[in-house]
Amino acid sequence: MQNNDTVKRLYRIAQQLRVDVVEMIGVGKAGHLGGSVSLAEIVAALYFHKLRFDPKNVGDPDRDRFLLSKGHAVLIQYAALIEHGIIPRSEIKQVKTLAGLLQGHPDMAKTPGMEAVTGSLGQGLSIGVGMALALRLDGRPSRVYVIMGDGELSEGQLWEAAMAARRFRVDNLTAIVDRNRVQATGPTKEVFDIPDIERKWEAFGWHVLTVNGHDVAEVLKALDAADHVKGQPSVIVADTVKGKGISFAEHNAVFHNGMFTEDQYRQAMAELETRRAELARA
Amino acid sequence: MAPVRNLREAYGQALVALGKQNRNVVALEADLGKSTRSILFQGEFPDRYFEMGIAEQNMASTAAGLALAGKLPFMHSFAVFASGRAFDQLRNSVCIPGLSVRICGSSCGLSDFGDGKTHQALEDVAIMRVLPGMTVLCPADAIEVTKMVPCLLDWKGPVYFRINRNDLPFVTPEGEPYHIGKIWKLRDGADAAVFANGVMVSKALEAAEALAKEGTSVRVLNVSTIKPLDVEAVIAHASGVRAIVVAEEASVIGSLGAAVVEALRGVRHAPVEFVGVQDSFGASAENYEILLRHYGLTASAVADAVKRLMQAT
Repeated sequence: MQNNDTVKRLYRIAQQLRVDVVEMIGVGKAGHLGGSVSLAEIVAALYFHKLRFDPKNVGDPDRDRFLLSKGHAVLIQYAALIEHGIIPRSEIKQVKTLAGLLQGHPDMAKTPGMEAVTGSLGQGLSIGVGMALALRLDGRPSRVYVIMGDGELSEGQLWEAAMAARRFRVDNLTAIVDRNRVQATGPTKEVFDIPDIERKWEAFGWHVLTVNGHDVAEVLKALDAADHVKGQPSVIVADTVKGKGISFAEHNAVFHNGMFTEDQYRQAMAELETRRAELARA
Repeated sequence: MAPVRNLREAYGQALVALGKQNRNVVALEADLGKSTRSILFQGEFPDRYFEMGIAEQNMASTAAGLALAGKLPFMHSFAVFASGRAFDQLRNSVCIPGLSVRICGSSCGLSDFGDGKTHQALEDVAIMRVLPGMTVLCPADAIEVTKMVPCLLDWKGPVYFRINRNDLPFVTPEGEPYHIGKIWKLRDGADAAVFANGVMVSKALEAAEALAKEGTSVRVLNVSTIKPLDVEAVIAHASGVRAIVVAEEASVIGSLGAAVVEALRGVRHAPVEFVGVQDSFGASAENYEILLRHYGLTASAVADAVKRLMQAT
């Protein structure tokens, strides 16, 4: 059971991660805002509570692994690693620059704390399954977390990986679907509708949990529940809002990889700051 | 102990030996284990063998995950699927982070003579060679397979290696120490240089023997490491001769021939000819030799190319 202080702390961190993401994108520069901030609570819950992870020893072989199969949302992971002190805060202004550490998609060669190269969609779950198999062979206590997008679920390779995870009874892996219902071109329902996501995972032999991905207590409960599932992999289908926390970006495909005007940037920061102040008082 | 003549069998045995040497060696297969001979590894190390089903893309990225967590994964399929079906996964999951994944492209070239164009890999050398950091190997016989596999234990970064399906004549010396990256001179000669690999090494040696009777001395070089190519050795072997021929069981576009010519950029050199498959898919045939003849991958084609170039100079 999580205590109330933990939940409050994680809400505050999640909001800080959103602020960091907006700062990284800045003005007049495209950035994957929507699908990054839809993950803020989930990433806060993982990186600041759930993961077996020592920021002072990121190469620990017994660490839990965090993989973004939806690699374009890496801004939210950068934010977490900045808050942990693994990436210098000065890099926040250097995203997607030649000299900077932070590339447009996860790059192990440039960025400390990255566990894999992802970005070509559909590959992260397979990588996670490979890691989970290796960790199990070595008898390590580590768990692998893989975050996918709901739009990404149209990649066939994910379902190959889903079958493999079931076939090898991989139970040291928790997958998370960020069901924000908007993909690059528009709402998933209009672009490429994939109904019955939970039933599909169930049919592939997975243990399925559904949560509100912005409710920290619910997320933590599901993450803990997945630990106790033996003999099969677990997936948490998290209902989220694309662009969550920035009113004009919510549910808006333009901000899948959009650009702020000066006014929009100011408004986004003002809204996030207002909410941050509320959370500080809570 | 002389190894078997079949390259796949030699490979399977060498992989088992490597597995005994290092417990981090693991194998992934896409339902072709009886053919690739990875099944021998399964017999010895069932816990370290992952039958991934007919899903090459997932296999490639899973191999990346195993490598990221400290394993040395060998993934197997026919060359055409291992290189083509999983190209994006090899590019992104494996090559960008430079992971030490071993990709066995079995039944390479035309060597799966019966199955036809869908199952024959003539483009694999070109598409694997263009991937930054990818090592590309093509052994000439079972002896070389047996020596090459142990080198894969410590070699850094991704490796794609082609394994011929059939029994091939022994052409490489048994005792000599071996390492990846070297061009092996199998026969000396002063008039012409033939750079070859895989099945075409034996054809090139045959051609050299025939040409010797006509008074032309031909140097035969086994370029089993296509990438990283020993550029200095290519230049050294190409200098002083009157003809340079590259012979391979792959497309003339982008494969060893292209690599040799790339190596000779900026250097004055003799005229070059390619003996390979012209911009074409394969076909089914009664046997391997008939198919090689159909595509002009013969000793006489190599000899003719040498003679043609020498007459022109």
